[in-house]
Amino acid sequence: MPEVNVRKRVLTLEEIFHEGGPIAEKPLLRAAALAVIRNPFAGGYAENIAGFMDDLKPLGLEMARSLVKALGGDVQSIEGYGKGAIVGSAGEIEHGALWHVPGGYAMREVLGDAKAIVASTKKVGGPGTRLDVPITHINASYVRSHFDAMEVGIADAPRADEIVLALVMTTGARVHARVGGLKASEIKGEDGLR
Amino acid sequence: MKARIRKIATFVEETVTEMGRVVDPPTRRAAAVAVIENPLAGKYVEDLSELMAIGEELGELLTQRAVAALGIAGPSAESYGKAAAVGENGEIEHAAAILHPKLGTPVRKVLGKGAALIPSSKKRGGLGVVLDIPLGHKDAAYVRSHFDGMEVRLNDAPRANEIMVAIAVTDSGRPLARVGGLTKDQIKGEDGLR
Repeated sequence: MPEVNVRKRVLTLEEIFHEGGPIAEKPLLRAAALAVIRNPFAGGYAENIAGFMDDLKPLGLEMARSLVKALGGDVQSIEGYGKGAIVGSAGEIEHGALWHVPGGYAMREVLGDAKAIVASTKKVGGPGTRLDVPITHINASYVRSHFDAMEVGIADAPRADEIVLALVMTTGARVHARVGGLKASEIKGEDGLR
Repeated sequence: MKARIRKIATFVEETVTEMGRVVDPPTRRAAAVAVIENPLAGKYVEDLSELMAIGEELGELLTQRAVAALGIAGPSAESYGKAAAVGENGEIEHAAAILHPKLGTPVRKVLGKGAALIPSSKKRGGLGVVLDIPLGHKDAAYVRSHFDGMEVRLNDAPRANEIMVAIAVTDSGRPLARVGGLTKDQIKGEDGLR
């Protein structure tokens, strides 16, 4: 399979102190790692694309590690995650789906025992396309305080023959979470849901 | 801290290839953005010294954040720029008060030198407004390889009573720069221009 050709990496870190309410004792941190890669399948229909998932694993690991580092270096402090992809115009949405396995694998590998499915989204779009990457709790999808999303995008990517790959991690709940539901302290941690 | 900060975001971009050519070493740039309350929103105030003081403290804070995001020592920075976006209840003059009178001195202190003008842009806008931060070499404004710009945006800022303040720092010029002009090894560094 083709090698992974990276044009550009982008790392975004948000430190949120408040949103009009009380100032958080510990600011919420949210980080996104993006990589702009060449889409080896751009411009035509290829039947066999699944092998590229394995090729993406090292890049996924590198991105996941860069997120942990940006968020302070302690794996235990990571509470939410999500992933996404933006496929350039000469590719198809199915090419974005290639990111599900290596992106999820990479974050689980780095975080250890994360149980919940990694929330995800993807689309086809031009340079500057914005993607709202969904975020949920890493061990129990139903934890309501951790439902969140982070908007990402790069002015000059993806070009037609590129894909923007995204991974997102956070250190906690929304800054003023107060709509009830399952709490992080109530997680059973058996099925990845509750 | 005089500024009431809601959030701080940092963006790091690293370009490794361009048009299929390896960029060696990769070009890297970072922007740090603070979203603050505009204490003068919604009214005309003659004396803008409160915002000037905020500019001074953000100059230091955001430059430190940008340099840290690049993982370099301040004096290793090569180019810089600044920008601000005022929410709809503020005036463009509020951005000017933050950016121009006092912000530059602490920026230059963090970076060791900085003989050149810090290029800037400003606007008024709503949530998600795009800031194009102009970039120029920090010691000689005419260094052509370092004329550049960096786009930043936050989907949830600036709210009507907020201001976004951004500082960008690089450790390099454009990837594959080749349009001639003054080069960085020709810098005299006396007048900030050449």
